[in-house]
Amino acid sequence: MNEDILIRLQSGSVIVADGAMGTMLQEAGLPTGMSPEGWLLENPDPVRDVHRAYVEAGADLILTCTFGGTRTRLERGGLAERVARINQRAVEIAREAAGSNAYVAGDIGPMGEFLAPMGKITYEQAVEVFAEQAAALAEVGVDVLYVETMSDLNEVRAAVEGAQQAGLGIPVFATLSFDSHGRTNMGVRPEQAAETLLALGVNAFGANCGATLEMTEEAAAKMHETAPQVPLIVKPNAGKPHMVVREVVYDATPDDMAEYARRFVALGARIVGGCCGSTPAHIAAIAGAVKR
Amino acid sequence: MSEILKQLQHVVIIGEPDQAQDLAAQALGAGVMPLVAIEEALNPGMQVVGDRYECGEYFIPDLMMAAEAMKAAMAVFEPALMARQEQRQVLGTVVIGTVEGDIHEIGKSLVATMLGAAGFQVHDLGVDVPVNEFVKQVQETGANVVGLSALLTTTMLNQEAVVQALEEAGLRERVKVVIGGAPTSPEWAQTIGADAYAENANEAVSIVKRLVRGA
Repeated sequence: MNEDILIRLQSGSVIVADGAMGTMLQEAGLPTGMSPEGWLLENPDPVRDVHRAYVEAGADLILTCTFGGTRTRLERGGLAERVARINQRAVEIAREAAGSNAYVAGDIGPMGEFLAPMGKITYEQAVEVFAEQAAALAEVGVDVLYVETMSDLNEVRAAVEGAQQAGLGIPVFATLSFDSHGRTNMGVRPEQAAETLLALGVNAFGANCGATLEMTEEAAAKMHETAPQVPLIVKPNAGKPHMVVREVVYDATPDDMAEYARRFVALGARIVGGCCGSTPAHIAAIAGAVKR
Repeated sequence: MSEILKQLQHVVIIGEPDQAQDLAAQALGAGVMPLVAIEEALNPGMQVVGDRYECGEYFIPDLMMAAEAMKAAMAVFEPALMARQEQRQVLGTVVIGTVEGDIHEIGKSLVATMLGAAGFQVHDLGVDVPVNEFVKQVQETGANVVGLSALLTTTMLNQEAVVQALEEAGLRERVKVVIGGAPTSPEWAQTIGADAYAENANEAVSIVKRLVRGA
């Protein structure tokens, strides 16, 4: 995209983000137990196809296939030494699909480990882990460093700090997953998250993933109320998953997601999209609903 | 219940490992039987913790600190049990783990801790446990309960794989299989031939107790 994303945000228009990558890749043949990040090196085409499908559906912003791209996550698959290569390749693939039609956000998900004292990783080590990923994403060139699906307040702080440190001044967005009685599973309240992220100077914040659409909506509203000056992102799951015999079905239809997207925009959201279970059809419905 | 045991239960609930250790030692010093302390303080304490988690008062950090407090107290009581050559009545042997491909651990660990507190011998295999490993551990430990946790819609299928592998190994009749994890359900338990689904750790303990009694 030619217009700087921060200028675009200030202009008042709504930005449509993409939908799920993981569930789409599963449909495209991602082997069970294989991480998307590990798969994309040998299989860039299915990943690029998913990105393209979202751009064609109307997404203005797509997230790189790097959700599990920190060193600590990649270590589980024996891929820690390929951190830089995987993240860089993922950005290239996203750029190929986006062309000049969409912004590319470098996706930064949780490390998959508890921070000390519950776990073994110190705060400083966590910052380094996130900075490493952010540097790799920034090197190839992303429009945003996009921290998402966070549950722990210290972890999201470490991710934002890491991204700001290593990210060459690239805007940083951060969203949390509120899936436990209105808070994250670590007990973080939306108001706390908003205050912390405001103090860190993120360029946009909000809620993604979550449990029900209602819970994510409420959490997003509370974040916005706490710090209305920070642009709001809402990127929920397509409802809840159910096993129908042996097939996973998410219960929110494209029309449901479109309706919720309208509500999110009405409460003040500037960036809307979908998370787990959402497809290009959902994003197309959302785009149709919120773009003028 | 004595004042010391009330305090011990309280520090488990609020997750204070150092205080739990101290109070456990004090209890022994005051002549409280370790089995009594476990039954009257630790067990009910963890039950309260499970209840609070269920209703949204407690979150993961609270669970983990409570589990640490319980472990600290058990570290004091276990040698005392051995020294008195007392044995807790073992209600059953459990093999529990999060299935292959899945690294979610907290729910599974909470269930493991609470089953241990309730008097089961628990072998916690950890996360990302291959199907064959469950079978092997059932064989080696003589377990009569298998607990399978899965939190991803993709890895849920491995719960079914474990049930099938137990059948193939001729072990299915020997064990009760209980499943859990956010995307799972009673319907899923039925689909895959498990014995039961447990929605949370408290429920898991009562279901497992019921299943081994009925065996």
